[in-house]
Amino acid sequence: MKKVTVMKTFNLRLYPRINTQALEPRVIGVHRTDMKIASPANINISHLGVQYRTQEALRDVNCTVRAGKLTGIFGPNGAGKSTLIKGMLGLVPLSSGNVLYQGQPLVQQLEKVAYVPQRSQIDWTYPATVWDVVMMGRVKKTGLFQRFSTTSRKVAQSALERVGMDAYKNRPIGQLSGGQQQRVFLARALTQEAEIFCFDEPLVGIDQKTQTVIFDVFHELATDGKIVLVVNHDLGESIQHFDDLILLNREIIATGDRASVLTEDNLYRAYGGRVMYFSGAAA
Amino acid sequence: MLEALIEPLQYGFMQRSLIIAIIVGLLCAVVGSYLMVQRLALLGDAISHSVLPGLAIAFLVGANIFVGAFIAGVVSTLLIAWIRTRSPIKEDAAMGIVFSAFFALGITLITTIQKQNKIDLNHFLFGNILGVTFDDVRDTAIIATVVLIVILLLYKELLFYTFDPLGAQAAGLPVNQLNFGLMLLIALTIVASMKAVGVILVLSLLITPGATAYLLVTRLHQVMVLGAVIGIISSISGMYLSYFFNLPSGPAIVLVVSGLFALAFLFSPNYGVFMRWRQVKNKQLSN
Repeated sequence: MKKVTVMKTFNLRLYPRINTQALEPRVIGVHRTDMKIASPANINISHLGVQYRTQEALRDVNCTVRAGKLTGIFGPNGAGKSTLIKGMLGLVPLSSGNVLYQGQPLVQQLEKVAYVPQRSQIDWTYPATVWDVVMMGRVKKTGLFQRFSTTSRKVAQSALERVGMDAYKNRPIGQLSGGQQQRVFLARALTQEAEIFCFDEPLVGIDQKTQTVIFDVFHELATDGKIVLVVNHDLGESIQHFDDLILLNREIIATGDRASVLTEDNLYRAYGGRVMYFSGAAA
Repeated sequence: MLEALIEPLQYGFMQRSLIIAIIVGLLCAVVGSYLMVQRLALLGDAISHSVLPGLAIAFLVGANIFVGAFIAGVVSTLLIAWIRTRSPIKEDAAMGIVFSAFFALGITLITTIQKQNKIDLNHFLFGNILGVTFDDVRDTAIIATVVLIVILLLYKELLFYTFDPLGAQAAGLPVNQLNFGLMLLIALTIVASMKAVGVILVLSLLITPGATAYLLVTRLHQVMVLGAVIGIISSISGMYLSYFFNLPSGPAIVLVVSGLFALAFLFSPNYGVFMRWRQVKNKQLSN
């Protein structure tokens, strides 16, 4: 199929007498298909920069986030890890660059995104139950002025069951432990049925059970061909779960699959002399 | 007893003021819940103080004072947002700057006008609920209906936005429009309440009923409904207290709602200071 269309473009150049107007839409079509072949459902970040007032938070970030892989954003405190995600999603203004998903600006396709902010950014005394929070994942899909559908309720219910929180459905969120709160947010992200999942520091201050659930779900999502992007700063054993890494310190230090990123040299450049090389990490 | 309660109702002004008190008590409690959960109580105060100059200018040019007050309230929120985004000044400082400037301008204008005209600054500062006309009641009822319908239609979006603004924005919700819409609703509510309790005490009706309900229930819509009930009860009992004991009406309403808050603060099953103290004591006894 594709070969034929390419041939026609070719013809167009050889025989200028052919009615170009009739062919023009196809030419554009070929162009778009080509771009998709080049980047199948990946996120392409090019020359991304973020400026906070006078301070440069991120400079010339270029990388590809691959679909079907669990990608971790690592780096020291203040490296701009959260800022990178926020910049990608348009939550902070970019001073330069762009972020494309399937060839189109990502900020124009936010309905495909599930974003979970840092737990510390949320007011957990807000008067809401676990169910209220999980149903927020259906707000965009439901649309203005509409009520939640039965499907939405089912999706939310199964997401709660997946993270083991269905027994807490009617609990006020303020009564949950840190790990339980994180699982509720994970359930909300699942409820969004997104293609791109972004988590900001989901592994901070959580229990072992939650960590297991979280990584199980992350791996499932990646196996499903989703984009899963996770901000983390812990260089401990949990790093083994990630397929791809983005090592960041105001700019990209290294990016690619785990083994190629986790070299002594890269870690030294990202963290300076403060971190000893974690020998098992690259294995 | 019943006769005593019915007696004030034979007066037209009491009927009108009771109706307006009930509408305002309900409306403020519902809208104020959003201020409370967003920790924006000060914004309510800022908008309410900022409506004065608009009101005065509208009176001067012969326009509807509700409209003038509403415009000034909205302009003040825009100014606050502008200062906050275009300078390193934090939001609370921006509010303090803007609302005191607007308030001062309002007082200056009204003081100047009231030398020549029959307009009383005190009526706007502290309300003049006994002087409301049928038109006032009608305007307030229309504003309240519009605001409550909008909240009903946008409930799930506003819940998401006020709980997790970043998450809502990342999900593709029009957060700027939601935020501005919320500001409009708050400004409308304050304008509608101006006649009843005045711009200084309206903050109490915005914050206290919701805060009281918050100590007793756990979901936002429950906070709104219970807050509305508390607001209405306070309005009615405040009006009766003011009738029987010859108290100023606005302050009487505010004192009742504050008293209800104090009760919840002391005796709420979950958060009550007294209840907690008793639990500790019971524990000590059982040990």
